[in-house]
Amino acid sequence: MATLTTDTGRAAGAPPGQGPRGRARSGGLGRFNVLGGLAGWVWLVIVVVPLYWIVITSLKERSSYYAQNPLAPPSDPTLANYRLVIESEFVRYLTNSVIVTVGSVVPAVLVSFMAAYAIIRGSAGSRFLRWTNVLFLMGLAIPLQATIIPVYLIIIRLQMYDTLLAIILPSIAFAVPLSVLVLATFIRDVPKELFESMRMDGASEWGTLWHLAFPLTRPALVTVSIYNGLSIWNGFLLPLILTQSPAQRTLPLALWTFQGEYGVNVPAVLASVVLATLPILVLYALGRRQLLSGLTLGFGK
Amino acid sequence: MTGLAPPAVRVRPATGSAGGRSGSIAWMALPALAIFVAFGVIPLVGVLLLSFTRWNGIGAIHPAGLDSWRTVLTDPGLPHALWVTFLVMALSWAFQTPMSLLMGVFLAGHQRYREILAIVYVVPLLLSSAALAITYKALLDPNFGLGAGLGIPLLAQDWLGRSTLALCVVVFVVSWQFIPFHALIYQGGVRQIPVTLYEAAQIDGAGRIRQFFSITLPQLKYTIITSSTLMVVGSLTFFDLIFVLTEGGPGDATRVLALDMYKRGFQANLMGPASAIAVILVLVGLALALLLRRLGGRDASASQQEGM
Repeated sequence: MATLTTDTGRAAGAPPGQGPRGRARSGGLGRFNVLGGLAGWVWLVIVVVPLYWIVITSLKERSSYYAQNPLAPPSDPTLANYRLVIESEFVRYLTNSVIVTVGSVVPAVLVSFMAAYAIIRGSAGSRFLRWTNVLFLMGLAIPLQATIIPVYLIIIRLQMYDTLLAIILPSIAFAVPLSVLVLATFIRDVPKELFESMRMDGASEWGTLWHLAFPLTRPALVTVSIYNGLSIWNGFLLPLILTQSPAQRTLPLALWTFQGEYGVNVPAVLASVVLATLPILVLYALGRRQLLSGLTLGFGK
Repeated sequence: MTGLAPPAVRVRPATGSAGGRSGSIAWMALPALAIFVAFGVIPLVGVLLLSFTRWNGIGAIHPAGLDSWRTVLTDPGLPHALWVTFLVMALSWAFQTPMSLLMGVFLAGHQRYREILAIVYVVPLLLSSAALAITYKALLDPNFGLGAGLGIPLLAQDWLGRSTLALCVVVFVVSWQFIPFHALIYQGGVRQIPVTLYEAAQIDGAGRIRQFFSITLPQLKYTIITSSTLMVVGSLTFFDLIFVLTEGGPGDATRVLALDMYKRGFQANLMGPASAIAVILVLVGLALALLLRRLGGRDASASQQEGM
């Protein structure tokens, strides 16, 4: 801890003679911070080692997995594990995951957007909208997985068990409360005068929704879509409980069953982990900033 | 739908017309409301009703009075599951908060390499819990995993085979995935602290540690509450990670409430007791949310503008 205080002196003293007053740049944050720096770099190693291990092991022969040092790069890199995974119906699971994710996120964000707009614009004059808002806020506090048994019952009664729609409908419902909350905060930030001038021009609320609020809240819509998309893409509980046949399997569930079947073939199992994560990694590379804001839902701007 | 009695006195002149028009936009909330009621609210009521029935998940549902509740509340498995849930929650909070706070303050600086760190930190967040659990299961293998690779006997233990260790592994894997997320939240919070506060402190001769405890920490109050809320409420949903990693084992060492519900319901086919557990899970979630809100001393919308 003592190092921290001495560092203040050192960093501030860099331009000699100016004294501590000179270097106040980024709120005293830009300066050297030993403890934080140490934690930062140690944690980097802790994050990178398992990731490195996943990749190198997935490129190893099964025999060399047992023979080689686990952290040594593969002596004889092979893509055979990836071939095995792809031949095990990987494309089908991928397609299912894409259908479920897109099929849930698009409707979820659209209905949440409409609801958020109505709540912000109409709550003052409508008790119905105020209650709707309260209901969504309560939905935030409840661990929705606790409702899985009745959801299962409803899906059976609707004859939707073991279909992708069975995953999609509850996914939309579970995404609504948080999406409405976040979108409402952003719609609230749109200047009132803009709504007024739209009204003066004779635009309907429906028109204002799409031509004013929609373009102005586009960053928030992207953020919310990414956040929901990621949690639905990685979702495990709903597919586990609401589907059964391999034909309806999504990727996380496929990983789990694959591990059950090929458990001893660790390189192949890890190749499946890499392949299942690859689409997200590609998206991450393409739009890092959007993804980041989506992940933290704007918490970390 | 709009209240029958007009909100008598407090109506401002403008609200008269706005009230009329808002009736015409209330329908826009209907699609979201309908699906949330169908798959959120009705199941929430349903889980309470089902806890008073006997159902094996396939056949007919029979009313069974308080049978499930009697079973669940007299089963020593329930206090155990509550205890494990609490342990996972408390330990992962206690480990993640100081680490992510420290890293968040560090990341809030503006040097280039910190940007690079941030890029790498995010990768664990992209993995699904299933992928994470599968990876760690293999990585922690005492004979072929990380311990053997580094040649450190301490790391080559039977991690998932012993009760205490398995619980620690769960906490660690959760932290491995989420510390970066919370570090990013703290980073956002730190960057919003006015620079002038630090300038003033420096003029007064306050050192780094003093600045951290008298400026950074108090200024981050609402960020800490936000982050803690997400950690604590989120820890109730670690079902998939624990399910794939340990299946609640060894023995029942990592059998958290959500897993207890799943095992009773979908493995033992006792949907009544499983629903009772689910009701308890809901109550725990609500209690935590209220408690954290009390601690925050403000309502959610206000703390959102401030801290998030």
